[in-house]
Amino acid sequence: MNQFTYPEKNEMERFIAARYRKAWAWELAFLSSLLIAIISLSALFLNVVDGAFGYVAFEYKKDPATLSAKPLAELNQEELLAILQANLSKGAYKKLDDKKPMTSRSADDLRNLAVERILQVKTRETYPLFRSLFQRAAIEAEVAQKFPNAKLEFRSWLTPAFISTPQSSKAEFAGARTAILGSLWIVGIAVLLALPIGVGAAVYLQEYSNKKSILNRIIQTNINNLAGVPSIVYGMLGLAIFVRAWEPFTSGAMFGVTDTNGRTLLAAGLTMGILVLPLMIINAQEAIKAVPDSIRQAAFGVGSTRWQMVWHHVLPAALPGILTGSILAMSRAIGETAPLIIVGASTFVTLDPSSPFTKFTALPIQIYQWTSRAQGEFHAIAAAGILVLSGLLLLLNATAITLRNRYQRRW
Amino acid sequence: MNENSLRKKNRFVESAVEAALFVVGALTVFITVSIVIVLGDQALLFFQDPKVTLTEFFGATQWQPAADKFGIWALVSATLTTSALATLVAVPLGLSAAIYLSEYASPKARGALKPILETLAGVPTVVYGYFALLFITPILQNIFGKSIGVYNMLSAGIVMGIMILPLISSMSEDALSAVPNSLREAAYAMGATKQEVSLQVLLPAALSGIGAAVIVGIARAVGETMIVAIASGAGPNFTFNPLNAAETMTGHIARISGGDLPYGTLDYTSLFAIALMLFFITLILNLVSQWVVAKFREQYE
Repeated sequence: MNQFTYPEKNEMERFIAARYRKAWAWELAFLSSLLIAIISLSALFLNVVDGAFGYVAFEYKKDPATLSAKPLAELNQEELLAILQANLSKGAYKKLDDKKPMTSRSADDLRNLAVERILQVKTRETYPLFRSLFQRAAIEAEVAQKFPNAKLEFRSWLTPAFISTPQSSKAEFAGARTAILGSLWIVGIAVLLALPIGVGAAVYLQEYSNKKSILNRIIQTNINNLAGVPSIVYGMLGLAIFVRAWEPFTSGAMFGVTDTNGRTLLAAGLTMGILVLPLMIINAQEAIKAVPDSIRQAAFGVGSTRWQMVWHHVLPAALPGILTGSILAMSRAIGETAPLIIVGASTFVTLDPSSPFTKFTALPIQIYQWTSRAQGEFHAIAAAGILVLSGLLLLLNATAITLRNRYQRRW
Repeated sequence: MNENSLRKKNRFVESAVEAALFVVGALTVFITVSIVIVLGDQALLFFQDPKVTLTEFFGATQWQPAADKFGIWALVSATLTTSALATLVAVPLGLSAAIYLSEYASPKARGALKPILETLAGVPTVVYGYFALLFITPILQNIFGKSIGVYNMLSAGIVMGIMILPLISSMSEDALSAVPNSLREAAYAMGATKQEVSLQVLLPAALSGIGAAVIVGIARAVGETMIVAIASGAGPNFTFNPLNAAETMTGHIARISGGDLPYGTLDYTSLFAIALMLFFITLILNLVSQWVVAKFREQYE
């Protein structure tokens, strides 16, 4: 027989102390996982900030001093125009004039043209922010040795001009304007598609269908599964259906638009709408579930029909929750990249999107493209693009939180 | 009063609305069906091509569309490697975070720590890709020296782990907090330490939920595209060595369809075959996770 003997007093204390030491060590281990999460998030953020600002070593093909006695920044529109006319070939000038009459362009625009076309700035090296701040002397020495003709300048790649100018093949002049507008169009179309369908499906599942019926269970399981389908699969669906099968509709050929194929904003927006639909339904269901049954019973009690009850009582009460949910779905859509690649985002779009039937680019697509380039200056504008995207996400989430705090009712 | 007036009236609007809502609800099923049909249709075209055989597709380890070699293992190996790395990173971290948040943290600390995980969950994947390529890879190059290239599966896997960490942690936390308090109280009454309660009582009790969280996390990693497209390399490569560059299934689809791919070519239809496989892998993983929750849930009371 196994005889259990209690440990002696000292041994018992040692035993307990050991157990507590072990508990303490594990608590530290649990906590450190959260510390790793915090470190990752900070590293992510600092890495982006690090990339978006810093010293740049660049060279001019032509010395700015030969153009005019005054620095370029102080010249007015007429002087800049004269410089452009004098230094560009007739053909090149006419081409630019055809695109947009030179006399109607702003001074800033002309100045950029002068730098881009005449001075032909060439970035030699970019330095990240923290090195720029703490190792300035080393950078200066390196530049002086490696690129004797280069100028060194501290630059923020995220500027108002970056947000307001369209794409360019040179990182120094590239902007995110067309990409931002493209993203907004796509998210707008996606919400227009997914919000009514999502709310309708949620209302059907919560208010109409018999919760225990097989059909309801099938739909519910299906929605949960759809939420887990990889976004790239939705992209393939969009490619086959919206881009190819519905080409007459998505290219606008039905409506008399002739210059595009199916790879348009509309196709991208519809794909994104299908992608966020499951999320939209699940969020709307949660919001509708939070409305207490007493509201429904009271509505029935005064003789309203089911639709009257839903339309006049449940939906208004659930509205803040539904809106919060759809903003969260929007923030998912604005960051999605893979489906847009599949649906066929063009990477080089310089004209603002004017209708759903234009070819498009989007902010995450540009970030992907810029990150994939080898040159440092493209990584720098990718970082600037990420900051713009984060700004948009922050705005969306702040709106969602405000909405929730302001209008959420406790029953 | 005539007895008919008490009967349920036939209201046209009511029935029309109900029918419309039903159609909208059924639309979601239609989406799933059309995914299967559309992907299946193109995949069928791919498999009907005389240059493709099923045995080669599922057996061979070379994927070179230009040379008519279609062995999916060249892509699956990279998907498996990166997902395994991500799981290795995310499961211990996510689970520890969940235990800390649900059992140790004061409400105040929870309020401060949770948003950090939620922010991590909200970071767009393309940003994680940037992070992998321009932050993690240089660090790894410092550690491993020349044996690791600019593109490698290790950095993509690690960052993918960070990406799915919040998912695993929040699902596990839900599972842990669903364990009834009586279990905790009983264990504490026996003199157990917090660690003993968490690891020996709560963890086994919440195992089904945690298992589901891990499976969903794996499904997420398998379907993740941008991180691997940016950081793990362009070009199918049959290898399980995390230091090598290799292209995953998703990365391959993204790279090939990035250009203007002519419709109907083998290149084009092969992507649908890969996507269909991806769809079924994630579908099965998601269904298994739901089944695990339903089947192995500990029933209390």
